[in-house]
Amino acid sequence: MSIERGIAQGPQQPRMVRSPDWGMMEGLAEACSPERSLAMFRKMCLTRYFDLRVRQAQLDNDIECLIYLSVGQEAVAAAVAVVMEGCYVLGQHRGHSVYLSFGGRPERLADELLGMSTGCCGGMGGSPPSHDFERKIVAHNGLIGDQVPVAAGIALAAPGERVICFFGDGAAEEDYVLATLGFVATKKLPLLFVCEDNDLSVLTPTVERRNWSVVDVAQGFGLNAVDITDDPWLIEYWTTTLADQLPAIINIRTCREFWHNGTGSDNNAEWSRFDLTKAKLTEIGLRDKARAIELEIKTFVEDLWNERLQRRSAI
Amino acid sequence: MERTVAETIRDISREHIAKHNGILLGQCLTAVGWVQNTVPAQAEGIVELPMTDVSGAGIAVGAAIMGRRPIFIIRFQSLLWLNASPIVNHAAKAKSVFGYPAPVFVRAIGSEGDSTGPIHTNCFHSLFMHMPGLPVCAPMTPNEYVQIWNWYMTHDDPLLVSEHRRSYTSRQEMPDQVHHDAHITIYAMSAARFNAVEAVEVLGHRGVRCNLVHLLWLKPFDLTQRVMEPLKASGHGIVVDSAYEIAGASQSVAYELMYATGCPVKAVGQADRSPGVAKRLENGTPTTMRIVDTVEMMLRDV
Ligand SMILES: Cc1ncc(C[n+]2csc(CCOP(=O)(O)OP(=O)(O)O)c2C)c(N)n1
Ligand SMILES: [Mg+2]
Repeated sequence: MSIERGIAQGPQQPRMVRSPDWGMMEGLAEACSPERSLAMFRKMCLTRYFDLRVRQAQLDNDIECLIYLSVGQEAVAAAVAVVMEGCYVLGQHRGHSVYLSFGGRPERLADELLGMSTGCCGGMGGSPPSHDFERKIVAHNGLIGDQVPVAAGIALAAPGERVICFFGDGAAEEDYVLATLGFVATKKLPLLFVCEDNDLSVLTPTVERRNWSVVDVAQGFGLNAVDITDDPWLIEYWTTTLADQLPAIINIRTCREFWHNGTGSDNNAEWSRFDLTKAKLTEIGLRDKARAIELEIKTFVEDLWNERLQRRSAI
Repeated sequence: MERTVAETIRDISREHIAKHNGILLGQCLTAVGWVQNTVPAQAEGIVELPMTDVSGAGIAVGAAIMGRRPIFIIRFQSLLWLNASPIVNHAAKAKSVFGYPAPVFVRAIGSEGDSTGPIHTNCFHSLFMHMPGLPVCAPMTPNEYVQIWNWYMTHDDPLLVSEHRRSYTSRQEMPDQVHHDAHITIYAMSAARFNAVEAVEVLGHRGVRCNLVHLLWLKPFDLTQRVMEPLKASGHGIVVDSAYEIAGASQSVAYELMYATGCPVKAVGQADRSPGVAKRLENGTPTTMRIVDTVEMMLRDV
């Protein structure tokens, strides 16, 4: 299916409504191949159990640096990643999900968080700049939205490469993010923007910051744009559709389960996409396979962390 | 009981809004702890800016032109690199180039340690000292804060206030320490003042007597008697600061002092490398022991 430039799909008004089925379409999970459904779930599990383990490591005082957890938001990067393999990828400070979903090496991230010289930044950067450049995952410098013009530069300078750039709903407000959307539209660069919209900048909700939507603005610049919830099949569908119509942007409503940084929680997440996804997998007959994957990843993560912690104590 | 620095800032802000039609602008002010309790917990007079780190400063400058004497809060000095342009290119030049004033009070907050790492380990007042039309100060005590606020309210210049989180809970005033028989004079700025106080004590136990001169104003830096005499008498000086040393406030002040007195003066600031998050890679304000070592090295060379 192709969409007309500038016409947003999904509900148009009101923009600030958030719900677990915002923009949902019937039958997507059923139509998706089981392999792909399970591949998305596998990535979701990896982010979730890795980050829950990171949280535990901070509670145990094994991690001293500030941590920005992706728990609750796993589906976003997971679903985009199954479609967009081999692209350059830029995430933001809450980037463990992007790192892990796009094939960043988990042990290098664990080591970084543990302050080890074998970490992806040698212990210099901690959580925000998690990157794996050999695998085309570029570092974030900690200034929100700063990765957006850099992504445009990469797309401009490397014809033939597709680039994906994730940013937050807060970062969307940065001057240089908006200017870059305009530049990318003008130059028709093969860039897919993904706004991970958890409705929060630190603890300030979107309504207190602006009354415009990212999608409206992006369309004004001439980008293809959709505004949807974080259902993995819906994200997978739109990523596949828009991959042929770049530049484009997907604004994805999602929920952060823990505090902006650190281990705390206000239990304010409006929905649990992880639970909803498991329920859907059951519905489409993949319950047992999904359970096996979940268990496998849990064990993998636990073993990995034990091994890295042992290595550190041996130093 | 005396107020803390944070309470002082909050009281000043509250009164400014209530009595002078003042406004306060910044990002994420109301949601998390009211900026370390330096912002009054109220809606009135407070403008939540979107995450616009370039235009945010421009909005504050516009409000300054209209006489609202805005307090513009930058939660991390690392964000100054983005916010700088409207401050230095409009507010700082307004009086001399455009002929009207743009008095914006820029609260730029420094921080370090606690894994702030390469992003938010920051103290960047030096780069603003570079620009004409923009006085720069670094108050670390309650009274100093009142003093610079009064200065701002009685002048029509913008003011870059280099704050530091380390000062917020402090109630102490920090008087100069001057002795007629001191071996050396330490000039201290920003959060380096807290370490300098400790260093003076450590050195005292080791038989080195130090003068300690606290510098509230980084620019203009006035070579007053208070500043010059202790150096002339002791013959040696060091200038310590939380910001980077190279082309920084410490080197600039050291140069002024050296040229004016002919005494050797060494600058000691943040080392020339990016700070890391891991404890072993941190790089912030010169530590107490680095100040001690530098003093001993200078005196050894005599
Ligand atoms: C340029 C810049 N301005 C402000 C900050 C302070 N800050 C750190 S994270 C953050 C929230 C960003 O919100 P969003 O982009 O939605 O990301 P989220 O944390 O929700 O994933 C802010 C304002 C920063 N790091 N960089
Ligand atoms: Mg957000």
